Amino acid sequence: MMNCQQATRLLSDAQERELSLKDRAALKFHVMMCSGCRNFGKQMDTLSDIAHNYAKGSDSDGAVQRSDDERHE
Amino acid sequence: MNSESTPVSQPETPGEDPGTSHLTDPTFLKELRVQMLKFATLQLRDEALAEDAVQEALIGALKNAASFNRRSALKTWVFAILKNKIADVLRKGSRMIEASRLLRDNEDEENLDALFDTKGFWQVDERPAAWSHPMKSVKNDHFWRVFEACLSGLPENQARLFMMREFIELESNEICETLNISTSNLHVMLYRARLRLRECLENRWFNEGERS
Ligand SMILES: [Zn+2]
Repeated sequence: MMNCQQATRLLSDAQERELSLKDRAALKFHVMMCSGCRNFGKQMDTLSDIAHNYAKGSDSDGAVQRSDDERHE
Repeated sequence: MNSESTPVSQPETPGEDPGTSHLTDPTFLKELRVQMLKFATLQLRDEALAEDAVQEALIGALKNAASFNRRSALKTWVFAILKNKIADVLRKGSRMIEASRLLRDNEDEENLDALFDTKGFWQVDERPAAWSHPMKSVKNDHFWRVFEACLSGLPENQARLFMMREFIELESNEICETLNISTSNLHVMLYRARLRLRECLENRWFNEGERS
């Protein structure tokens, strides 16, 4: 089985490039068994959403509405 | 890409003051400037350049401010202009020469390995937890202070690459060309940045429980 270090690297890379079929399969299997990496994977999308909100000047005064905010939930 | 043409039309809430009055409201304008300046300085690492970008973005915004009724819509739009200004500066690349040299040094032989055991599996106390309703946090000012602190805690080049990628949304190949680094180099740096950032946010925000 792929270890967590390899899995997290792929989960980050997935934000940047299309993973190979082989990598996707190994990753899918790992994530099924490993809650840490499962959470990590969701957090990659969340980090990106948070960053995009930050880059829009989001704050309590003008909570930026993003209809796709909840797409990962 | 023309900086002033990017933002798309925004839904408007009837019954509020038109956007022009937001930009003539000194308190709002002052706070907006401060926030923009912080955002630009974080990425350009040069106060004069950041000041210029903010100024240009605000001038550009004034031209169309009347079409935004909600402050948040106006703000989104002003930041979109600012992002384009920052992207222009970054593309010119002059600021980045130093950074690209640093990238090739082994700046961060940091102890990311400490997150994992010898076989490469999560250490028990480092294993990522589930974040509940993470996007609620974006409406919380304290969260943004934590986020900025976490970002500032990253090694400088990791932070800059993360910001180029996720704030300014430059494409990977554009970043690589500008900085003259390889794709795998970029990806490993982004990986480290994300590992650190998520750890920091978890420890300093999400593990602290829901806050209001
Ligand atoms: Zn794992």
